[in-house]
Amino acid sequence: MARKILFEKLDIPGIQEYEVYRKNGGYASVEKALKTMTPDEVVEQVKTSGMRGRGGAGFPMGMKWSFIDKKSGKPRHLVVNADESEPGTFKDRFLMHHIPHLLIEGAIVSSYALEANLSYIYIRGEYMWIFKILEKAIKEAYANGWLGKNILGTGYDLDLYVHCGAGAYICGEETALIESLEGKRGNPRIKPPFPAVSGLWNEPTVVNNVESISTVSWIINNGGEEYAKIGVGRSTGTKLMSASGHIKNPGVYEIELGMSVDEFFNSDEYCGGMLDDRPLKAVIPGGCSVPILPPQYIFKTANGEDRLLSYESLSDGGFVTGSSLGSGGFIVYNDTACIVRNTWNFSRFFHHESCGQCSPCREGTGWMDKILHRIETGFGREEDIDLLWSIQSKIEGNTICPLGDAASWPVAAAIRHFREEFEYHVRFPEKIKDRNHFVNEPMEKVRHLLKPLASSL
Amino acid sequence: MEQVRDYKQIINMSEELMARINELLSHYPADKKKSALLPVLHAVQDAHDNWLSLELMDKVAEILEITPIEVYEVVTFYTMFNQKPVAKYMFEFCRTACCGLRGGEDLMDYTCRKLGVKQGEITPDGMFSVVGVECLGACGYGPMLQLGDNYHENLTREKIDTLIEDCKEGKVNLY
Repeated sequence: MARKILFEKLDIPGIQEYEVYRKNGGYASVEKALKTMTPDEVVEQVKTSGMRGRGGAGFPMGMKWSFIDKKSGKPRHLVVNADESEPGTFKDRFLMHHIPHLLIEGAIVSSYALEANLSYIYIRGEYMWIFKILEKAIKEAYANGWLGKNILGTGYDLDLYVHCGAGAYICGEETALIESLEGKRGNPRIKPPFPAVSGLWNEPTVVNNVESISTVSWIINNGGEEYAKIGVGRSTGTKLMSASGHIKNPGVYEIELGMSVDEFFNSDEYCGGMLDDRPLKAVIPGGCSVPILPPQYIFKTANGEDRLLSYESLSDGGFVTGSSLGSGGFIVYNDTACIVRNTWNFSRFFHHESCGQCSPCREGTGWMDKILHRIETGFGREEDIDLLWSIQSKIEGNTICPLGDAASWPVAAAIRHFREEFEYHVRFPEKIKDRNHFVNEPMEKVRHLLKPLASSL
Repeated sequence: MEQVRDYKQIINMSEELMARINELLSHYPADKKKSALLPVLHAVQDAHDNWLSLELMDKVAEILEITPIEVYEVVTFYTMFNQKPVAKYMFEFCRTACCGLRGGEDLMDYTCRKLGVKQGEITPDGMFSVVGVECLGACGYGPMLQLGDNYHENLTREKIDTLIEDCKEGKVNLY
């Protein structure tokens, strides 16, 4: 039986409702933390747990919390990042939809740890129906004394509100999110100062992902040490994986970190293998920003070790033969998928979502979008492939926020592992005019066409 | 050239809407009214046929005690705010990655043909439009579209046909 933390109570009928949630042990961690622990003891437990931020970067959460400036005496804030918009990722939505009180409970305990009295959940505007679910859950928490003044008679006050965005991927970046919460355009800020020192309204702020905050209750109830026993090495605990693409069972799954990619991919409990049993072409293990992996590096690392779902194993080999766990958006491609089209799709996405502050990203994403579009529609040139490589290398590391890197990596990985598909597109434009070209004629069937040139070189 | 200011809108700051705005304002410190801008714009847009004219944006600026430009720059930055009239039923198809893999683009084309519009166009009766948007976080349930506040997932041609009929008969809730 697989270990469940976040989904432990998922199958209880009516768990969305306050009464059912409470009857099944809900809000126990608030009682425990507020009545028997100091805020710093809560931080200590989270540190001990080894829990790493689940938004994508994987930064240790306890450490992030310990950076918050408690000395200045300024008001502090927790902001929960529910701006989930990394293509391939839909876990936070699932969690908030099915167990909304788990997030509220976690947010209360976390705010207490940070000694914050005013906290927010920033949710993307498109999740308006979840916004309503959360508003209702918060109202219930207020009505039952878990929020507001003098919670449980301990003297601790907390106001928690849900705030909606309005359609901007960039607002998932923590400083852009803060700008947006201040009623401005979502332009990321230059760091330092980090939000822990100067965040929302220039006050100390911690921004954490929904999944991370939802885990806090379990850590407090069971102890950080117990949590640290789950998982593998420095990848402690469980992770929500969003599985999509050409697989039998798309959906959200909770896995213990360290599960092999093979098991996750093939077991009927999870992805269930390839849809219609077609051949596997590629996998993106952590949302569209992380490098795509060709078949030989999906189940095994370059050293021949089993590839595991953990921060370390997925990034084994760096970006040459590895990738990253990212946000856990596991996207599977079969032989009918076109890597060029997919890469263009991502570049268009990043072009659309670039805030426009830094010129390498603003101009570079648009340029890559344009070049990939022309390659995909049959107007590409041989030199375009090297041009793309050169552009992506000039965006990476040269922008204020990681969106520039996120836009570069998928392009670099696609060229690195699937260069032949780009070459096929530029050399046989008449064969790729139809959007579904590889559905009609997969790469396997046309690969031989590329050979004559290679031998004549 | 078409100007944003050419679009006229009847402004109705009803008691209900003002009550909602005041509730939203209460979520932020009294001296941080600007923070309520995005939620307030959503509420105002929902009450005004899903778009925001210049006059309406000016009104929001007045309520939040900020300058009009602070509202304009936000409205033009975020994709969910519409600066001109939109169709009553705006079919917003996700076209990113996973939805694309599962036939999202083909289904969007089908819907365009069925309604006799190109992407971004509105049917002459003002009822329907088809728009391509970026990832809506429904990657495992594609193809999908958003209509008002709601998601319609695991779509097929048949489901699209039914949805269009239901819209025509007024059976679809947007909010």
